[in-house]
Amino acid sequence: MTKQQANWSPYDNNGGTCVAIAGTDYCVIAADTRMSSGYNILTRDYSKIIQLVDTSVLASSGFQADVRALQKVLAAKHLQYQYQHNKQMSCPAMAQLLSNTLYYKRFFPYYAFNVLGGLDREGKGCVFTYDAVGSYERVGYSSQGSGSTLITPFLDNQLKSPGPLLLPARDAVTPLSESEAIDLVKTCFASATERDIYTGDKLEILILNASGTRVEYMELRKD
Amino acid sequence: MSREAMEMPPKGGFSFDLCKRNDMLVKKGLKEPSFLKTGTTIVGLIFKDGVILGADTRATEGPIVADKNCEKIHYMAPNIYCCGAGTAADTEAVTDMVSSQLKLHRYHTGRESRVVTALSLLKSHLFSYQGYVSAALVLGGVDVTGPHLHTIYPHGSTDTLPFATMGSGSLAAMAVFESKYREGLTRDEGVKLVSEAICSGIFNDLGSGSNVDICVITKGAKEYLRNHMLPNPRTYISEKGYSFSKKTEVLRTKITPLREMVEVIEGGDAMEE
Repeated sequence: MTKQQANWSPYDNNGGTCVAIAGTDYCVIAADTRMSSGYNILTRDYSKIIQLVDTSVLASSGFQADVRALQKVLAAKHLQYQYQHNKQMSCPAMAQLLSNTLYYKRFFPYYAFNVLGGLDREGKGCVFTYDAVGSYERVGYSSQGSGSTLITPFLDNQLKSPGPLLLPARDAVTPLSESEAIDLVKTCFASATERDIYTGDKLEILILNASGTRVEYMELRKD
Repeated sequence: MSREAMEMPPKGGFSFDLCKRNDMLVKKGLKEPSFLKTGTTIVGLIFKDGVILGADTRATEGPIVADKNCEKIHYMAPNIYCCGAGTAADTEAVTDMVSSQLKLHRYHTGRESRVVTALSLLKSHLFSYQGYVSAALVLGGVDVTGPHLHTIYPHGSTDTLPFATMGSGSLAAMAVFESKYREGLTRDEGVKLVSEAICSGIFNDLGSGSNVDICVITKGAKEYLRNHMLPNPRTYISEKGYSFSKKTEVLRTKITPLREMVEVIEGGDAMEE
């Protein structure tokens, strides 16, 4: 007697890739703008990135309905925090909040693969990477989504992150300049687009630094 | 174990002996090996002087592009070409096999091959494999009886049509054909329409992509236009380039001698009890 299988799934995967790189005084967060379902393109112009705080930017790939719901929950919680504490949340605080929010739905998860990027209270770049149920880690760079398997080995090679267990603890942020990091991100996405069918159309890059937030766009292959 | 267990599988067809064992392994959690599918948009249309075939050039393995510029328009005979969608190995094997059979037939009969011959050979082969040879084909050519265009499905059924599309991008391409096709197109109009249909598949279907290949077949002549259109150049190449260190980093070197050097003293009492 074989176990009964569900003939309907509450989840769908809308594809896409997200990347974030932390620098000494900046943070670069990027994602493509293609939203797909199966072999079809739903739209070529959908932003996966949201700026929750001046110093915290969330990029999420996966099931965009869950991503949108998650973004709204975080924005609401941040508003409450501002009322209660009379200040904006720091990036590490937002990181913990995101982890707790994801684990809250441990038994019916948000199908969202998140990368949180921003500046910590000292102005240094920080990147936090998550799985679907809230396990997170602060890292120097990260990639999530359908193209992550193509991008991560390249970033490992170029950014050579120090091991997390080294003593004395070494800084995970890259010594690259802001423009070099942006160049690296553009190359990553142009390459991932060549080989991943779910990545393409347009690239949206958010750059956070002491002077504020800047956004750049780049065209990607549309096939 | 009875002696019959060592017999060879019956001649021809597939041997399904390992299916039960494969099912058991999948239930235990083993991932089945994937095969290279061509995703694909392939089209054909009949114009005033003959047949035009078109295809995209992307081959996929699941969500990854395995080949950015593969050839999906296969040679069957000097006057017959065949586009293939489905499992890449199957389309290659079946078109090569029928192409060889057609050549032998040409030697035997002393005549130019006919499209219906290729059609019969392909459909009977695919039918005998009951759909397990996953090849969906668009066959086109011009012979003594005129221009012909056929579609062949993996189970062995065929259609004869003035314009046809197959593959995951077939709906995108057919939308273009149904809007703009008319009888008696000129060569340039036909090539333009086929390119538009393939581009529609390339941009709207994720299983199709990269470039457009075209083949124009007319009475007594054929033009194979490989990469007729390249609408997808790489969008960004870093000016400064990237360097990759040539060797793996040496983190630590330690030499352990395997055998100690022992001094042998001549004439000594070595092996005393």
